[in-house]
Amino acid sequence: MDTTSEQGLPPDEAERIAAICEGVGDDPHRMLDILRAVQDELRWISPAAMGLIASRTGLSRIAVEGVASFYAFLSQAPKGRVTIRLCDDIVDRFAGMPEVAAAFEAALGIKVGETSADGAVSLEYTPCIGLCDQAPAAMINDVVLTGLTPGRAGDIAAALKAGQSPEELIAQDFLDLTPHERATRQVENNIRHAGASLLSPVPDGAGLAKALDMDPVRIIAEIEASGLRGCGGAGFGTGRKWRFAAETEAERRIIICNADEGEPGTFKDRVLLTERPHLLAEGMTIAARAVGASEGILYLRGEYVYLRDLIEEVLQDRRDRGLLGQGIGGQDFDFDIRLQLGAGAYICGEEGALISSCEGLPGEPKTRPPFPVTQGYLGLPTVVNNVETFCHAARILDQGAQWFSDMGHAGSHGTKLFSVSGDCLRPGVYELSYGLSVRELLAMAGGEDAAAVAVGGASGTMIARDQFDRCLSFDDLATGGSVVVFNGSRNILEIVEYYMSFFVHESCGFCTPCRVGNVFLHKAIGKFRKGLANPEDIEYLKDLSGTIIETSRCGLGTTSPKPILTTLENFPLVYAATVKPSKDRIRASFDIQSAIDDARHMAKRGSEIFDEDYSE
Amino acid sequence: MTELRKARIATASLAGCFGCHMAILDIDERLIELMKLVEVDRSPLTDIKRFTRRCDIGIIEGGCANEENVHVLRDFRRNCDVLIAIGQCAIMGGLPAMRNAIMHSDAPLRECLEEAFLTGRYIRNTTHQVPNDPALPLLLDEVYPCSEVVEIDYNIPGCAPSGDIIYETLAGLLAGKFSGFERHRIRFD
Repeated sequence: MDTTSEQGLPPDEAERIAAICEGVGDDPHRMLDILRAVQDELRWISPAAMGLIASRTGLSRIAVEGVASFYAFLSQAPKGRVTIRLCDDIVDRFAGMPEVAAAFEAALGIKVGETSADGAVSLEYTPCIGLCDQAPAAMINDVVLTGLTPGRAGDIAAALKAGQSPEELIAQDFLDLTPHERATRQVENNIRHAGASLLSPVPDGAGLAKALDMDPVRIIAEIEASGLRGCGGAGFGTGRKWRFAAETEAERRIIICNADEGEPGTFKDRVLLTERPHLLAEGMTIAARAVGASEGILYLRGEYVYLRDLIEEVLQDRRDRGLLGQGIGGQDFDFDIRLQLGAGAYICGEEGALISSCEGLPGEPKTRPPFPVTQGYLGLPTVVNNVETFCHAARILDQGAQWFSDMGHAGSHGTKLFSVSGDCLRPGVYELSYGLSVRELLAMAGGEDAAAVAVGGASGTMIARDQFDRCLSFDDLATGGSVVVFNGSRNILEIVEYYMSFFVHESCGFCTPCRVGNVFLHKAIGKFRKGLANPEDIEYLKDLSGTIIETSRCGLGTTSPKPILTTLENFPLVYAATVKPSKDRIRASFDIQSAIDDARHMAKRGSEIFDEDYSE
Repeated sequence: MTELRKARIATASLAGCFGCHMAILDIDERLIELMKLVEVDRSPLTDIKRFTRRCDIGIIEGGCANEENVHVLRDFRRNCDVLIAIGQCAIMGGLPAMRNAIMHSDAPLRECLEEAFLTGRYIRNTTHQVPNDPALPLLLDEVYPCSEVVEIDYNIPGCAPSGDIIYETLAGLLAGKFSGFERHRIRFD
């Protein structure tokens, strides 16, 4: 075609891109699917490709570029046929990722961030990929590898060089395995404690069967009576959310499952998606019946792409059994679920950003109000719930509100999945009733010698030993599930510095206080680590943190200073020990020698002021 | 009753445009009142090049773009009890800090100078050289606000701040009554 050759695309590539676009009906709302597929096939999104996609979908090229440049897994420079993404989370670092990365670099002959000259391999870092319980871990294209060692890294590099596919690294007969086998060959579930609601054996379809006999209003009443609150972290009443969506006048309503489990140290949804995918679909179907929705979207984080086949198989199986699709249960009730893969953006765990992402836009949060329950996906009333929340909902319909409400304690009913990782003997997933103390959880996980625990991941609360008797519940220590254990040999400031670098990387950039402020916080923590901070820098940290919290519009900015604020409060001596007043009120953090070094080289002369004069 | 000694003030312009010093002169006839209370030591206004004695108040215009700026600023910090950063450049780097925006370069300083003296579209430089006289102080890798180099006690924002606000701040400090600005006085939008 003339137009494509003008755009500088080889005809075969143009054809492949056109086919990808056609596969989703040239729908601009499916932009993320289009770009993911183009990235997979051509290993990058070239300017010419963007032009073609724009003309197919009726958007401007810059709109396509806006999406392509937003997501970490989409690249605007050619990537290797195999892309190795090393998990850079603090837990992976402490578990030996730097040595693993060095081994990969040595074996592949490239540095992290580079692509080999023959275009075979790219090596890069990526934030937490949800495998902290088996760190260090890495993604290689669509498969994941866990428990890496430098030796294994060398073997992997050699195997890839010898032409093995990433899948063959997992098993030679990978394609003959069932999707569930493929997933569990790659990743251990590490279920350490099964509670009553989710991880103990659950009957198939019992909750949905009951829901099909119930009036939608009664379903919502049942969920409200159970006291179920959102399990993603914010803890909004699930029944209330459903009721608001049901009460909003609309032709169409949408159910979205948030499986963008991006909070560092969280991996409980990974286990539910592997072991309870039917329960999840059941919960979503119940929610659809309750609010009157016929469309569902399961938003799966790009890092969990290895679960794609498993979930697709489950959805197809349910369609075949009449549990999804038209006329579910022989009633006038239609509902189907589309799997939407993300592309490496933490912010998409925020519900507004997640909805933007589902709409084919950059994953930027939306201004609230309006809330998604009244105007969400494409402006339609939308229920967004976490994986765990939907699973609980299905169990509540089966076992009754009272059964659920009796577990846990006031304000925090039922059970909760905790993802425990870091310095403990038994990292993994624990399903426990709300209300237990951190100390009890540490005892179960074999983390009694913990010196610090990050409850709720990077955006949560860092507590010290004297607070281990605090209780895991919405009223005290709320968590979406992440519990990261650090022993006494870990440097608190190193952890904080990592979490701040994480937020710098993951801020969507919309609000200046978050985009810029987190950079400043990160820099300031660097001063503390180098011992160059002054006592008043502590006030600076608090002041700037307050500004970021007050002036950011989404949860990322309102929680990103928490690693600093909670460690300032709970580990004050760590900060106090590193600060010292500046001499003569001149800042030690400003290094004149490094500041003039570039100019010295350019001018080919020394400093008249700051270099010693050796001529005398 | 002993007469109170006059307060000593020093001023300097670092990487600025002297606009803030012009603004100091915008105090106009109130300068006469002010001079009853202060004497000006090291300052471009007096052309005194070195501190003759320790000063009560130092006023700094401009940020730090080169090594001499750092040297002068440190000298002020050592010789003044109270140090005031005046104007946007001193407080945040200001216009000179635009070169800090050259971030995605391996050699940002070189890129900046080459554009300024060699490759820029409107450059007419018959020497075809980046100036490199030994008397020129070495440039810093980027432009720094004063507060990154020394501790600053007060900031008077504005580009340039009005003569009124400079006068009120100095008068307040001298009377021991300065307690920050009223919000509307430092609003510029």
